Amino acid sequence: MARLLDVKEYKVYYQTLKGQIRAVDGVNFFVNADEVFGVAGESGCGKSTLGNSLIYLKAPMRYAGGNVILDGMEISRLPDEIMKKMRFEKISIIPQFAMDAMSPTKKIKNIVVDLVREHDKKMSEKDIIDLAIKRFKMVGLSENVMNMYSIELSGGMKQRVVMVISTLLNPRLLIADEITSALDVSSQKFSVEMLDEFKEKKFVSSVIFITHDISVLYQIADRIMIMYAGHVVEIGNTEDIVSKPLHPYTKLLISSLPKMGVQFSQNRLTGIPGYPPNLLNPPTGCRFYDRCPLRIDPQKCKNEIPPLVEYMPGRYIACWAYTKGNDKNG
Amino acid sequence: MKKYLTRKIIIYLITFFIAASLDWAIPRLMPGNPVSLIVSRFAQASSGSASQASLVTKQMFDYFMQAFQLNIPWWEQYALFWRNIFTGNLGISMYLYPEPVINIILSAVPYDILFLLPSILLSFWVGNRIGAWAARSKKADNILLPTFYILTSVPYFWLGILLVWIFGTLLRVLPMSGAFSYSMTPSFTFAFIFDYLKHWILPFLSLFIVSLGGWAIGMRNMIIYELESNYSRYMGSLGASQRLIRKYSYRNAILPQVTGLALQLGTIVAGAITTEIVFSYPGIGYILFEGIMNKDYPLIQGCFLFIIVGVLLANFVIDILYMFIDPRVRIAYTEG
Amino acid sequence: MKLSERLKRWDVLYFFLTNNKFKIGIGILLFFILLSVIGPFFVRYTPYEYAGAQASPPTFDHPLGTSPFGYDLYSQLIVALDGTWLVGLIGGGVATMIGLLIGFFAGYKGGFWDELLMMLTNILLVIPTIALLVIIASFLNSRSVVLESVIIGLTGWPWVARAVRAQTLSLKSREFVNLSKISGAGTLKIIMEDIAPNMLSYVFMVFILQFGGSILAIVGLSFIGLGPTNSVSLGGILQDSVLWNALILGYWWWMIPPGIVITFMVASLYFINMAMDEAFNPRLRST
Ligand SMILES: Nc1ncnc2c1ncn2[C@@H]1O[C@H](COP(=O)(O)OP(=O)(O)O)[C@@H](O)[C@H]1O
Ligand SMILES: [Mg+2]
Repeated sequence: MARLLDVKEYKVYYQTLKGQIRAVDGVNFFVNADEVFGVAGESGCGKSTLGNSLIYLKAPMRYAGGNVILDGMEISRLPDEIMKKMRFEKISIIPQFAMDAMSPTKKIKNIVVDLVREHDKKMSEKDIIDLAIKRFKMVGLSENVMNMYSIELSGGMKQRVVMVISTLLNPRLLIADEITSALDVSSQKFSVEMLDEFKEKKFVSSVIFITHDISVLYQIADRIMIMYAGHVVEIGNTEDIVSKPLHPYTKLLISSLPKMGVQFSQNRLTGIPGYPPNLLNPPTGCRFYDRCPLRIDPQKCKNEIPPLVEYMPGRYIACWAYTKGNDKNG
Repeated sequence: MKKYLTRKIIIYLITFFIAASLDWAIPRLMPGNPVSLIVSRFAQASSGSASQASLVTKQMFDYFMQAFQLNIPWWEQYALFWRNIFTGNLGISMYLYPEPVINIILSAVPYDILFLLPSILLSFWVGNRIGAWAARSKKADNILLPTFYILTSVPYFWLGILLVWIFGTLLRVLPMSGAFSYSMTPSFTFAFIFDYLKHWILPFLSLFIVSLGGWAIGMRNMIIYELESNYSRYMGSLGASQRLIRKYSYRNAILPQVTGLALQLGTIVAGAITTEIVFSYPGIGYILFEGIMNKDYPLIQGCFLFIIVGVLLANFVIDILYMFIDPRVRIAYTEG
Repeated sequence: MKLSERLKRWDVLYFFLTNNKFKIGIGILLFFILLSVIGPFFVRYTPYEYAGAQASPPTFDHPLGTSPFGYDLYSQLIVALDGTWLVGLIGGGVATMIGLLIGFFAGYKGGFWDELLMMLTNILLVIPTIALLVIIASFLNSRSVVLESVIIGLTGWPWVARAVRAQTLSLKSREFVNLSKISGAGTLKIIMEDIAPNMLSYVFMVFILQFGGSILAIVGLSFIGLGPTNSVSLGGILQDSVLWNALILGYWWWMIPPGIVITFMVASLYFINMAMDEAFNPRLRST
């Protein structure tokens, strides 16, 4: 399968007075064309940082290394002028803060027209508005929304408006950051269905679906990546990750969830004792060491970062228990 | 919309009521009898033979007992005070006797409008623009921001003194005082307007430059906050240019600035009063000063009322304007 | 948690010591403090004493020159400086105290009290302070520096109340206050242990602004002839200079130095405030 996005040893730090916060610290993964790639992990593990930095790396974020290849093109250090063209047209985002992603003093219509015009000067205002109205109707919004201000919309409506705006130029890759978290169960379901429909209709090709609630991913994701404290710990098909988690963190994560079938639960990933490490001065070895029940080789686990290896075809794990020579835990 | 206006009007009426009542109450709350105080201080101030002074003193005492109506119960005094306000009777000036206070003040109002309106509006506009610019360029900001802070620290009138000294005394290119030359009579001729502008420019600059600093600081900080906001980040994520993002943040940052304009009016008025004194510019500030120097209490109280009314009216205008520029207010009051 | 809090403190301190605005602000302020401490040793005349040469530009004998009545302007300036500090301290202090109490109470209690107090605050905010000051001062027979400072403080608190209320609301909504509520702590305990410490730096900044504002207020008031009746003031010196035609006669030494002193005294306070602002809101930093 063709890879749409390939991320290698990618690092993004936050520059603060106290020092660097290593929020994304050497992650490796790829996203295939035409798939939904789920990203899960506890709050603060760097999911949003990863998503935001892929499209718009803005201070206090700082690029600290690695490669991001989108559609065969290295984009991690593109000059802003060129990257600007890629945004919205090739890669787009529904940010975690969708609730206040729109200026309160502008009508939705103006926001839509202004944003599209930045990319396509030739497109007439009417065409832009018509296109937007068509999409709004698809997500169950009336065309009146165009003349409203974001403050007049409910949370669910804002979420849908942002979903429509972000996909208006049919980007290849859409990053959807916690689009279900602020919603009630039925709106969550609706959002997920809409995303599916947009994919069906080819408005977007692939989606990176970020959530702290792994149960949402059963529904929608083809593959799942689990992050912990700025590192990738495991990647695999949704089936495999859910039914046969391998990494000790993933195991705890899955077992702390309610039984399968109880989907869209409000359950948070809090079932694991202890706290994630401080990303200002992260531990030198495995970042899960402190909370890990396994610690297959305590000396090594504490001092050396486990690499992400392909343990089985399509199954990637970063744990000393699954690297060659330590393979006792199959 | 109606609800918003009604609410505002009620608040301003209450404010006016309180302010006017203070105008009435403060002289009466001060230690001693205000009339004796006025008369004794006037006697100190005026020179002349003792017998003449005592005669004047006696007449003045009678006049003020009459004016303050201290011999009737306080609630009747208070009612009378309000009746006088509504009939436009603010008493008689002592220093320009027997000119009614209201006439003196009304003759000064046009000068104030032509002096205050342009300096306030222009400094607001230019200050916001420069502030937005400072927020954009780190290099400019390092020089501009401290400059703005120094500007807001200058007493308005002292900048006026400085300007007169430079342009009037040293360079001799601009007149030092008054609203127009003695030889002129106000008319719509080119010569007069030119002469008027020549007198107007320095007072204008004093007010303009000092207030500019405050607006620039406010705008600079607001824009920085707005550029960090989520909608700015979202626009950037969708490839919007810095130009468009700045346009959006300016649109939002101007709102608190407009509120600030209403709140700053009092400070600006204070600055205008002192500036008028430096330039002997015949507005209400200068009249107030003459009133203070000559212990003309009816004139002082009249100026107080007029300044309050002016500031309240301006606040009201700003409130109406605000309703048009902030959709949140509009929506809150049309739907809620 | 504790450690990171402490780290944050040091962080701020470090920021101050390396921040140019802070250094400049403190530097100017210290200069003026030094001037009022050491300056009096070189004062050889009382403010309204005939000192010799009339309307003399600065000389060795009269470092800031003399007025047309032969008053030594250096002596006047130094004496006026003391009064200026006093006004800033008392005026700023009174305004901060009242504003703190009212703003905090309104923000913390909310509901009816909040509505009532904020309406009062907003009403007083709209009434121009100068007008109130004029009407009060002009009916006072004798005005001491202290009295005028208190009056200035009494008219300046609404600004503080608004700011403090907003700050209280934002602190109130934070997690830790909820925690103390759950744990059954009383109102006073919550105030003392949770809110007050967080508020302290903020209040100090407000005080600095009020300090500067009070100085500007007394200067304006003195300039229109309603300053302290029993002592020299910077605004009073300037008023004298304008009334006695220093402008036309070009006596620059009479009107320039007091203005410079006022401007830089107030500006130094604003600089310190600006540096603190940047320390606590890193977004505002320009470098
Ligand atoms: N603007 C910022 N400045 C400094 N640190 C930040 C900033 N935003 C996020 N972080 C830190 O980066 C880490 C990852 O945050 P984030 O990507 O938002 O996590 P997630 O989306 O997984 O909840 C957290 O430790 C957070 O404290
Ligand atoms: Mg997130």
